[in-house]
Amino acid sequence: MSRENNTVEPSYLDYKGKYKGIFSWILSTDHKRIAILYLFSLLAFFATGATLGLLMKLELIAPGKTIMTAQTYNAFFTLHGIIMIFAVVIPGLPAVFGNFLLPIMIGAKDVAFPRLNLLSWYFYVAGVTLVLISQFTGQGPPDTGWTFYAPYSFRTTGNMLPAVFGAFVLGFSSILTGLNFLVTIHRMRAPGMTWLKMPLFPWTLYATGWVQLLATPIIGITLLMIIAERTLHIGFFDPTLGGDPLLYQHLFWTYSHPAVYIMILPAMGAISEIIPTFCHKTIFGYKFIVASSIAIAFVGYFIWGHHMFTSGMSGTALYTFSLLTFLVAIPSAIKVFNWIATMYKGSIDLQTPFYWALGFLFVFMIGGFTGLILGSLATDIHLHNTHFVVSHFHFIVFGGTGFAFFGAMHYWYPKITGKMYDTRWANTGLIIFFAGFITLYGEMIFLGMKGMPRRYYDYDEVFHTGNIFSSLGAIVMYFGLAVIIINLIASLRNGAKAPSDPWGGKTLEWTIPSPPPVENFDEIPVITKGPYNYK
Amino acid sequence: MENEKNHIIPYKTFLYVLAGLIALTLTSVTLTQISLGAMTVTIALIIAAVKSSFVLSIFMHLKFENKMFSRAVIGVILLLSAVIAITLLDYLNR
Repeated sequence: MSRENNTVEPSYLDYKGKYKGIFSWILSTDHKRIAILYLFSLLAFFATGATLGLLMKLELIAPGKTIMTAQTYNAFFTLHGIIMIFAVVIPGLPAVFGNFLLPIMIGAKDVAFPRLNLLSWYFYVAGVTLVLISQFTGQGPPDTGWTFYAPYSFRTTGNMLPAVFGAFVLGFSSILTGLNFLVTIHRMRAPGMTWLKMPLFPWTLYATGWVQLLATPIIGITLLMIIAERTLHIGFFDPTLGGDPLLYQHLFWTYSHPAVYIMILPAMGAISEIIPTFCHKTIFGYKFIVASSIAIAFVGYFIWGHHMFTSGMSGTALYTFSLLTFLVAIPSAIKVFNWIATMYKGSIDLQTPFYWALGFLFVFMIGGFTGLILGSLATDIHLHNTHFVVSHFHFIVFGGTGFAFFGAMHYWYPKITGKMYDTRWANTGLIIFFAGFITLYGEMIFLGMKGMPRRYYDYDEVFHTGNIFSSLGAIVMYFGLAVIIINLIASLRNGAKAPSDPWGGKTLEWTIPSPPPVENFDEIPVITKGPYNYK
Repeated sequence: MENEKNHIIPYKTFLYVLAGLIALTLTSVTLTQISLGAMTVTIALIIAAVKSSFVLSIFMHLKFENKMFSRAVIGVILLLSAVIAITLLDYLNR
């Protein structure tokens, strides 16, 4: 296989198809263009969610009312959660990098169902639109938090129905993407690419696909049950109608805990691509990383109850969920050990994506260890409704998925855009972002341990100093994010032309031009070696 | 697809299955009027499972498809059963 195909086909960015202008994007069934659609919509939603988060932290900079009322604060953390969870971190890596790179990394010309792929994006935009509509119609925005917990979610006067239905539609987008990836991986791998010759990022997308396909319908049904309860007064969850509020929590977390793995598994996959490339070394323990991805996806189905330790479950359920929660730490730790072992004696090239991967390891470990503290029943009782959980959650979801997303962005940016970015600004942005991140969420660990409750817009004077640090961290982090994103946008215009393989990667995407041609490969490659062959 | 076999199911079979599904639905509805204690949910789930198996095997052609699809469906059912069993650890021990 030649290192670089001397293709005469135009790149996917230059291709002049049947439609022009904006229609050449929103009607395109090319997986790469759909990935870019996801990228820009996702960045817009991320900017919205991040701004809401910043405003909440500014409110918390001092006790009492600072810049918003308590009701507005409730509405903000609800919208921040819905957007960030359902529209940013769940679709994040699969919809953007999965769509762009999965077919290329397995040697295919597109995904199995290109039209379904475009439909997924339409569902995605429609879902977020419904959520946004809920903010400006009815009797005020939803104020339940992103979890829509019963019985409050059908008693509040907030405009719940469009928000809940929006989350339902977003679920469909996720299911269709997962289904598409599963079929693509099963049926469209290049000749010779056996399961154990497939790169690790597609492997994690495969594990994620099963979670998307099998867990998401549960939340879909649950959200429909809320709608039925609000409109038809059927007693699923309302005790006054004979329902059980804990049933809602069971159903909600049966999806929403596996959803954490929809967020984190592809992140782990991206890190598994970045580390061997910048260590110029075959990844350590390939088969164990593959097995741990499947194990995380599988065990992840059975540990939802740790979100409900203080909700009033039976003792037997508490012990069982605590035990199962500790089990899922094992495959996660296997991955971390393998990444570090890959670095050992590697020929390390300190480039921006590698710094992001190191940052990921650091914050993910903090997230993991705080998770073990919360998985223990005795400590969880004290910490569950405090800032400690908010901090743990952000270390995993923003620290894990967010760091991996930006790492992936800097790693595959030359391939996607055909341009190199300014490394100095990229690294500067990362340092500012990292400093802000640790100050913001690190301080929240201590606030939580002191007993500062979560979801409160006011607090006791004893928490004031910690909140000042945390809020200042938010401002610094927001500034760092702006530097990172402005640098990437500016590099689209000013960046040097990217070669086909700027980092010395070995997977298939680095064998084709940057940006890739419309059909990816002139000829479908025949795979004879493993994906990380650095010998 | 060239290798795929087309299975044509006679209308009569569809009608039998439809009649079976309606009968089972009526049974479910009737049973809600009778107090069977803890068995109420169990019986309702058994009837629902039988109905689902009819739909999957006949209407959705699972009976005639590659065995891989049957195995996938069985895997999903086992997963769902495990999820329900773990949920019952809470409900049965409160």
